[in-house]
Amino acid sequence: MPSLASASLSGNTTDMDVLFYSDADLKEVLNSVHTIAMVGASANPVRPSNFVMKYLQGKGFRIIPVNPGHPGEQLHGETTYASLDDIPDRFQMVDIFRPSDVIEPIMDNVIALAPGKGISVVWMQLQIRNDAAALKGEQAGLKVIMNRCPKIEYARLHGELGWGGINSGIISSKRPKLVRRD
Amino acid sequence: MTEAPKEAGFETRAIHAGAAPDPVTGARNTPIFQTTSYVFEDAEHAADLFNLQTFGFIYSRLNNPTVSVLEERLASLENGRAAVCAASGHAAQFLTFFTLLGPGDEFVASRNLYGGSITQFGHSFPKLGWKCHFVDPTDPENFRRALTPKCKAIFLEVLANPGGIVVDLEAVAAIANEAGIPLIVDNTMATPYLCQPFDWGADLVVHSTTKFLAGHGNSLGGVVIEKGTFDWAQNGKFPSMTEPEPAYHDLIFYETFGDFGFTMKARAVALRDFGPALSPTNAFYTINGIETLPLRMDRHVGNAQAVAEFLQHHKAVDWVSYAGLKSSPSYDLARKYLPKGPGAVFTIGLKGGFDAGVRLVESVNLISHLANVGDAKSLVIHPASTTHQQMDSEALAFAGVGEELVRLSVGLEYIGDLTGDLDQALMASQKG
Repeated sequence: MPSLASASLSGNTTDMDVLFYSDADLKEVLNSVHTIAMVGASANPVRPSNFVMKYLQGKGFRIIPVNPGHPGEQLHGETTYASLDDIPDRFQMVDIFRPSDVIEPIMDNVIALAPGKGISVVWMQLQIRNDAAALKGEQAGLKVIMNRCPKIEYARLHGELGWGGINSGIISSKRPKLVRRD
Repeated sequence: MTEAPKEAGFETRAIHAGAAPDPVTGARNTPIFQTTSYVFEDAEHAADLFNLQTFGFIYSRLNNPTVSVLEERLASLENGRAAVCAASGHAAQFLTFFTLLGPGDEFVASRNLYGGSITQFGHSFPKLGWKCHFVDPTDPENFRRALTPKCKAIFLEVLANPGGIVVDLEAVAAIANEAGIPLIVDNTMATPYLCQPFDWGADLVVHSTTKFLAGHGNSLGGVVIEKGTFDWAQNGKFPSMTEPEPAYHDLIFYETFGDFGFTMKARAVALRDFGPALSPTNAFYTINGIETLPLRMDRHVGNAQAVAEFLQHHKAVDWVSYAGLKSSPSYDLARKYLPKGPGAVFTIGLKGGFDAGVRLVESVNLISHLANVGDAKSLVIHPASTTHQQMDSEALAFAGVGEELVRLSVGLEYIGDLTGDLDQALMASQKG
């Protein structure tokens, strides 16, 4: 699969570059992963990480929360771990809710764990972007997505986002399949 | 590298964007979802919806499946990220400014606006603590000169109603960008078919969808569309986007919704709390109107150009202000920003002043004398004796509305019938 990020990631990158991820690639990512480690998962119900976790669980994903401040605590039925290293199970994706300037050590950690855990995707949430870390991840064979939300992208690609007047970019004359919760 | 897919063309999106066959019935046309509310799956689903933590319909003051189709279609046609509809263009402007401003905040607006906007900004907004500085838009630097530290936005009509004036969008956008505030463009008179304000640096676009978008004089409506690239966190001027919202358990809209955070905020707070929701029936008529927008606009501007050229040489007409005429000071700007044609609403000055204007509107037989624009039917109004009748000559002159001024909205009729009706009415207007 070609790199998900823009070509500029391997060349001259500036903050002004617009990231582009095709619908087909995003769909492939969301269809290929089953278990997601969520770095920065919060127990506070108004924090985005909390309800992104809940939403993705509702779509059939397993989410393992990572938060060094709350190891051992239960969040939406899952045990929270202090770090990625502490997670006993395999996971295919790391979803990061941490500021852009602390991404590099997380990426290094993911790269080290990737072969053993089967990690193939690193996803950074809205307003989170670190091009140097992304380049490192891509060079290590990981798919890297930045400044996107998997909840929003899942909803957009499954026709759920239309209620908010959001431009899905999707044109189709096909009869949509009903989206079922649970 | 993955190539960006080629987006569907404007004409295709005008018919398809936002709409799909109904998943339950297979209905191909967008149904009118004439319902106030939507059954929740369970209590937790209801709570998640109310807290904006999951996606779905709640109550038609916030969102409605028919209205949503129109919102996505308009967001697509303007090449924006998201849109929220309102009951009228005025309501859309209110949602926009309520989301941007707090008491004591200010903004700068072109003074060449639809008269109703001048009144809304100049008389009603001050009661909410919002101050508008009006400027002559023909020199973009006037916007910069009027900016104060309290200004949170610049507002203009790219193709001004009624004057046939085109504003230098790119130059004003640069000024707004430098000031770290959004440029709001009212694109009603041009429609996204004739002008794409986001391509020139606008951050938000508003419309009265009542006009050319709906196109048949049957449905009021308005919309605000967000481009999705404005950085609301750059300068602390937009706390409603970047600080916890107490009305939603301290949710931070920009952080949570990113590039459609403004639309979410306008919907979840301003639309919810003030209630100017668009009716699904009006949305349905507007969706159907938009399907033919490209065809209609081509005919509108073709007819307008022909009528303007006819009037330019008529002995009862003193002047014609249409940006499609080489004599217009806006001709070059129109070629740049409105290459398919500068709309179909313009003004003319009659010989014989106020009385001639009254006689003209009373003499037309095909063209309708009423206070709207952007209908398939051709329309005419004499502002000095109707919309602006409370003003004296001096106030009319300041507003750019002389006693001799007549506004035309050129429709889709056979051109010979339009020039014929205008010719006989113009001749009658001169018989004092």
